[in-house]
Amino acid sequence: MTLAATQLAAATNENLASISNTLIYSAMAVYTLAFFAYIAEWIFGSRSKVGRTAAALTAPDTAKADAPAVTVNKAGGGTAVLERPKVVVRSSAGSRDVPDGPGAHGGDEQGDLFGRVAVSLTVLAFVVEAAGVVARAASVQRAPWGNMYEFNITFSTVAVGVWLGLLALRKNVRWLGLILITTVLLDLGLAVTVLYTASDQLVPALHSYWLYIHVSTAIFCGAAFYVGAAGALAYLFKDSYEAKLARGGKPGILATSVLERLPSSASLDKFSYRINAAVFPLWTFTIIAGAIWAGDAWGRYWGWDPKETWSFITWVAYAGYLHARATAGWKGRKAAYLALIAFACWLFNYYGVNFLFSGKHSYAGV
Amino acid sequence: MSKTTASDTGQVPAEDQDLGAAGSRLSTAPQEEQPHLPALGVVGWVRWFWRQLTSMRVALLLLLLLSLAAIPGSVIPQTGIDALKVADFRQRHTTLAPIYDKLGLFHVYSSVWFSAIYILLFVSLIGCIVPRTWQFVGQLRGRPPAAPRRLTRLPAYTTWRSEADPEQVREAALALLKKRRFRAHVAGDAVAAEKGYLREAGNLVFHIALIVMLVAFAWGQLYKSEGNKLIVQGGGFSNTLTQYDDFKSGNLFSQDDLDPFSFRLNKFTGTYELTGPNRGTPRTYEADVTYSVGAYGKEQRTTIKVNEPLEIGDSKVYLVSHGYAPVITVRDARGKIVMNKEAVPLLPLDGNVTSSGAIKVMDGYRNAKGEKEQLGFQAFFLPTYGGKGSTMLSAFPALLNPMLALNAYHGDLGVDSGVPQSVYQLNKKKLTEFKDSKGELFKQQLKIGETMTLPGGAGSVTFEGVKEWAGFQVTRQPGSGWALVGAVAAILGLAASLFIQRRRVWVRAVTGDDGVTVVEMAGLGRSESAKVPEELGDLAALLYDRAPGAPDAGDDGPGADTPDAAASGDAPGDDDPSSRASVPAEGAEQK
Ligand code: HEM
Repeated sequence: MTLAATQLAAATNENLASISNTLIYSAMAVYTLAFFAYIAEWIFGSRSKVGRTAAALTAPDTAKADAPAVTVNKAGGGTAVLERPKVVVRSSAGSRDVPDGPGAHGGDEQGDLFGRVAVSLTVLAFVVEAAGVVARAASVQRAPWGNMYEFNITFSTVAVGVWLGLLALRKNVRWLGLILITTVLLDLGLAVTVLYTASDQLVPALHSYWLYIHVSTAIFCGAAFYVGAAGALAYLFKDSYEAKLARGGKPGILATSVLERLPSSASLDKFSYRINAAVFPLWTFTIIAGAIWAGDAWGRYWGWDPKETWSFITWVAYAGYLHARATAGWKGRKAAYLALIAFACWLFNYYGVNFLFSGKHSYAGV
Repeated sequence: MSKTTASDTGQVPAEDQDLGAAGSRLSTAPQEEQPHLPALGVVGWVRWFWRQLTSMRVALLLLLLLSLAAIPGSVIPQTGIDALKVADFRQRHTTLAPIYDKLGLFHVYSSVWFSAIYILLFVSLIGCIVPRTWQFVGQLRGRPPAAPRRLTRLPAYTTWRSEADPEQVREAALALLKKRRFRAHVAGDAVAAEKGYLREAGNLVFHIALIVMLVAFAWGQLYKSEGNKLIVQGGGFSNTLTQYDDFKSGNLFSQDDLDPFSFRLNKFTGTYELTGPNRGTPRTYEADVTYSVGAYGKEQRTTIKVNEPLEIGDSKVYLVSHGYAPVITVRDARGKIVMNKEAVPLLPLDGNVTSSGAIKVMDGYRNAKGEKEQLGFQAFFLPTYGGKGSTMLSAFPALLNPMLALNAYHGDLGVDSGVPQSVYQLNKKKLTEFKDSKGELFKQQLKIGETMTLPGGAGSVTFEGVKEWAGFQVTRQPGSGWALVGAVAAILGLAASLFIQRRRVWVRAVTGDDGVTVVEMAGLGRSESAKVPEELGDLAALLYDRAPGAPDAGDDGPGADTPDAAASGDAPGDDDPSSRASVPAEGAEQK
């Protein structure tokens, strides 16, 4: 390249970088609007006062037994005679037979409207943020995962993407919206203030296609683990709530209002488990890909560098969680606590290790 | 069902026992036993201990313990990672350090207690895997268990009254299930079928793969070797022990394990960011080498980069460091050349490759009085010197304005004293400073081509030029292939284990009291999944086509909303409520 061409390229890159910054700030603005819409959804939803859980837990047995908890009816309606047989589903031993809550809007029409607006705004913000990440990638001409700023903006984009994906698959996850967007705003706030790094290229140790594989799966795993951990946390609250009701206790008004609208503890538990279990093989792969990359870059596959150590700890913690779910006396709440601890390990590996320890994984500023 | 909470899953009532058998063995997980103490002497105790060790509970505790035990190693400096940091820590914490030493906290991952945890875990794992494998083989050889008496108790259930004969229905069901790749057979009045054995196989493969990986790592530790070699541009290396600057190896390593090869460094290239906030950050490091394998191998040329080691046999040659080697000519008092254009490698001190080291003239030098003596120079080198008045730190890593600063000494370098000494440091014990006109240590800054004349006609030093050097690490890690195989198997096994459902389906067809055939279908999965009822619905729809519904007495149609099916006489409604809580939907895992 001639000198002029180099300068031109540098100017384009700087242009792209500033476009990326603008997009990220715009995404934050839209997320903030979405945040208020979610709040409105919860507030309007609190107008509905249905005590479904208590009703389900105290309903007389005979009435319950006649009406199956859930019926799955696959053949969309049809005439009575040709309809396929209906399948009756029973919940397993030990789980409470509680219906899922209606979601944040609590069945309130206005609440639902705000909820839909919030989701639409989230989709818009997601698109803008994704564009910001892509522009950043274009400006540095590599994958946007060279420093913690880039890692953060990619991370929140993927977390929102995972959640929107689950919504698109018609999973019962809309209740998670407010928590998710709150953390996304925190994550982005941290990114643009503390972690901001001007766009730049990578040190030679980071040049490898394993970077793309290892870091992209790590980000995806973190985002999905986050959603799983949120499910586990919600499970713990809802489970205490149900247990209190089953004992004949009377939970507070706020707890009732909020928790009545969440899915049942059994659903939350399953939701959290499915996500964590589905991501665990990928997390295993991430660590192995990292080891292969380390083998190429630093001449050893595993050196107990703090980052490596903490991804190992995270891995073992998640393995412990999966084990707990198959171990008598550890299912339910204890397993959920393990899921939270495991996610805390992941977070610590991401933030704590970069700031507290210096290891081979610290480069490009932070 | 209604009043069930997590705690009241007590015992299985007698009427549900047959379901217990049908629901069992969906997993080969060890059954939990209460840790009651044995009364049976030594054998009893050993057996008890073994049972405990191989129980799921202890496996879980060991797993959690392992993750806890890994933490200190990330907080406390480790000898294996950064020995300098450990030394520094020892100096600053004189009371803590000996305690840490006793506890092995400076080498956590090879300490007794860390090893104890993972060895116990792996003993537990083997003790768990072997019986599980046998059990699984038994399950594969056996047949799916017969239908429980009351299918209504299963997590997914459906029923209808059909015009077809019971026998016809069973035949159709058997064919259908087999076509769907269930293992199915007729047992009594019902078809019993099972699918998803790959789940269990995957789980076993995963755990076995963990053992393979551990053995591969242990093997690698015992036989590994790792050596470093610094090569100046144009220099060469052949892979024998004596050629290494330093060398580490596992306990069972022998010299014959070294792969025979040699290589020569033709050129090292480093490029750096020229502008911006990250000015000076390295962009590329490349070593252009010529290598040959075996004693008389053909010469080949290649490039070694930071992420792209050269692989020869089991060995990998990594590019790990680089620096500069000023080329020096030294003349003695008589003008005789005692060091001829020798490249002296210096050690980099910072990111901009400010370097330091020592130039040692050991033989052949005679001073102004004609006596034999040795010369020593403390050397500082800046690839980019900021100019007069700037600091003695390099401003950029590339050779933009090289400057060499020398402090001159003469006397005895102490190299023959038998104590090994660093080539980068001067042992000044028996050295005397050259003095300048003010009586201070004689030092001078040189640009390429400049010569420094030593005081008192003691000779001269010429800075001829600069060569680059590259540091290479040669490692041999046998067993890494097996570790990779284990890792891949672990991931595949894990995916099978977590994504595949093992489930059972039963189809019962009997003639009801009114002479009409009653078809009942039920499904059971290892964990509650929406997939089991969905699949049962699909199967039921298909079977319904082959065994169409019979008009109901009450004209309710086959798709009646409730499965109370008067014909079956077994509606959930007329059960004793206390027994409802105990449907063992999770099969073998009931407490
Ligand atoms: C080296 C340490 C171990 C690790 C990292 C590990 C990891 C895992 C993981 C991730 C799972 C979940 C996969 C699944 O649910 O199918 C699992 C399941 C299982 N593990 Fe382990 N495990 C270890 C040791 C053991 C030991 C010592 C035992 C025996 C006592 C054992 C028995 C089992 C069983 C029976 C399951 C299946 C549970 C079920 O049926 O859901 N594991 N293990």
